[in-house]
Amino acid sequence: MAKNTESIFTNPILRWIDDRFPLSSLIKDHATEYYASKNFNIWYLFGVLSMVVLVIMLLTGFFLTMNYKPSTEDAFNSVEYIMRSVENGWLIRYMHSTGASFFFIVIYLHMFRAMLYGSYKKPRELIWVLGMLLYFCLMAEAFFGYLLPWGNMSYWAGQVIVNLFGYIPFIGESLTEWIRGDYFISDITLNRFFAFHVIFLPLSIIGLVAAHILALHHVGSNNPDGVEIKEHLDENDKPIDGVAFHPFHTSKDLVGITVFLIFYFAAVFFAPEMGGYFLEVDNFEPADPLKTPEHIVPSWYFTPYYAILRAVPNAALGALFLVLAVLLFVFLPWLDKCEVKSIRYRGWQYKFALALFSISFVALGYLGLQPATGIYVALARFFTITYFAFFLLMPFYTKLEKTKTVPERVVYEKKES
Amino acid sequence: MKKLLLICLAFVFIPGMVNAAGSMNLDEYIEGMDVKTSDAKSLQRGARNFFNYCSGCHTLQYMRYNQIADDLGITEDQLMKNLIFTESAPQNLVKNNMLKEDGDRWFGKAPPDLTLVTRRKSSEYVYGFLNSFYEDSSSPTGVNNHVQDASSMPNVLWDIQERFSDEQYSQFLNDTVGFLVYAGEPIIEKRKSMGVWVIGFLLIFLVLSYALYKDIWREVK
Repeated sequence: MAKNTESIFTNPILRWIDDRFPLSSLIKDHATEYYASKNFNIWYLFGVLSMVVLVIMLLTGFFLTMNYKPSTEDAFNSVEYIMRSVENGWLIRYMHSTGASFFFIVIYLHMFRAMLYGSYKKPRELIWVLGMLLYFCLMAEAFFGYLLPWGNMSYWAGQVIVNLFGYIPFIGESLTEWIRGDYFISDITLNRFFAFHVIFLPLSIIGLVAAHILALHHVGSNNPDGVEIKEHLDENDKPIDGVAFHPFHTSKDLVGITVFLIFYFAAVFFAPEMGGYFLEVDNFEPADPLKTPEHIVPSWYFTPYYAILRAVPNAALGALFLVLAVLLFVFLPWLDKCEVKSIRYRGWQYKFALALFSISFVALGYLGLQPATGIYVALARFFTITYFAFFLLMPFYTKLEKTKTVPERVVYEKKES
Repeated sequence: MKKLLLICLAFVFIPGMVNAAGSMNLDEYIEGMDVKTSDAKSLQRGARNFFNYCSGCHTLQYMRYNQIADDLGITEDQLMKNLIFTESAPQNLVKNNMLKEDGDRWFGKAPPDLTLVTRRKSSEYVYGFLNSFYEDSSSPTGVNNHVQDASSMPNVLWDIQERFSDEQYSQFLNDTVGFLVYAGEPIIEKRKSMGVWVIGFLLIFLVLSYALYKDIWREVK
């Protein structure tokens, strides 16, 4: 990697650092001389947006821990204390609670981008796998964090999810006990969930993000045409169709980040509860082991999997399907047999399958919020089948695709303004 | 395919299908509802109503007396004289002297804390609840409630309901519910006004960042 060790600085202090630390070459390798295709569209925003949300979550989380108390006696009170008595505590708390939902919004769109343009395909399989590990960590992070306010829905949703481990044959029962550290969700559980939420998972996520980006910068970014820009270099060995990450992509991203922040802060300031989707009404009363909420529903970003769990008539089998539904994503690079990356040049089979999959995912998300009765269960079963069909039939239908000719170079037409 | 389309449409509309508070026929009991948390006078009247009619049994256990005074523009003198009926100091949480065991014994179920009631049950629910008591001789309290059937709460507002015109009574309820909405989220008005500034700043920043982007990308062919 150390192809260009010349310092980019004139400032003597920075030069001093450069002689002892690869500052210049880091900046060059990852920003000013990292080339990515100039034809990125809006789908290429969500990676940087998830970084923005991650930073928001780390900072607001850090300030929340200053006043939050992880004990069953104090947790709920301390959250209300933050909302009322801590200077701008309400803003920090709403930024954190709204950030959780926005994190999943941008991550789902980021994953969808990869599925649109085949970003998981060779040579980017490992980036995808690292991204999936990040997704799993994020789910765990959200789950552990959800218990912390110690509201009634926190308690019961936590109960339901921990009990899922009980379906594992033979070890299930003792495993759930081991996770809770008790026979029921108690003070001990809350304390250890807090430890996972503020230490273990954030550190894992930061490490995985670094690996995700290092791997990406090692092989180079994909683009909406799915062609490798490295194959067409100019006389200075730079990709003709690439532009430097900084200042070109950073300036473009800044516009996207601003638009994102407008949506995000609109929610923070004008709809922090988002009609019960970002902050559930049941969570406005403290956890009560004797008072089961009418409908126990996990947070909206888990409801597609929750719908799958309930669609399967047998509970243990349902839990297995739930795990498979999440895990199958990891294998996409090997399930997809089509040579062409971008949806722009792929056959109707994949386009149809991806459309059906997207509809299934959204529909399951909706159904997971509804009571598991009558037509809702029937629909959830239908969409569970289409969900799994997308993955399991993929090796077959992607082989049948009649693809279009992929252009030699990326398609880029400058809009005159 | 039609089914799929319906599901998609449904998804677009779910933000409207909210509130797990149980959608009993609230609508007919909230006709006069017009809660304004931005109206300081209304909140002051609401505080007076709460402390005179509710605070004997209900607490605001996450709320401090002097925060209410600060937020609603009430002097400490007025606070001590008109709102604090217990031995409490102004910096204390709003509690009362009813023990939970007594509450359970007297009412079947101790009167709940009301700090977050509008967030838990919605302001419509609270308004409708206070507006829908009816006489029912089969009930131990002599009354029942259309919004919350078999509620153990007696109709403590019966005397003003008799004295007040419909209009006065809805104002009484609007003030009281408005105060409870405020108690559920004391920064509710600050949040909205700060939001306008933040979004305004971001819109200006958007123009600048877009100009910067256009300028930098001019050389990209």
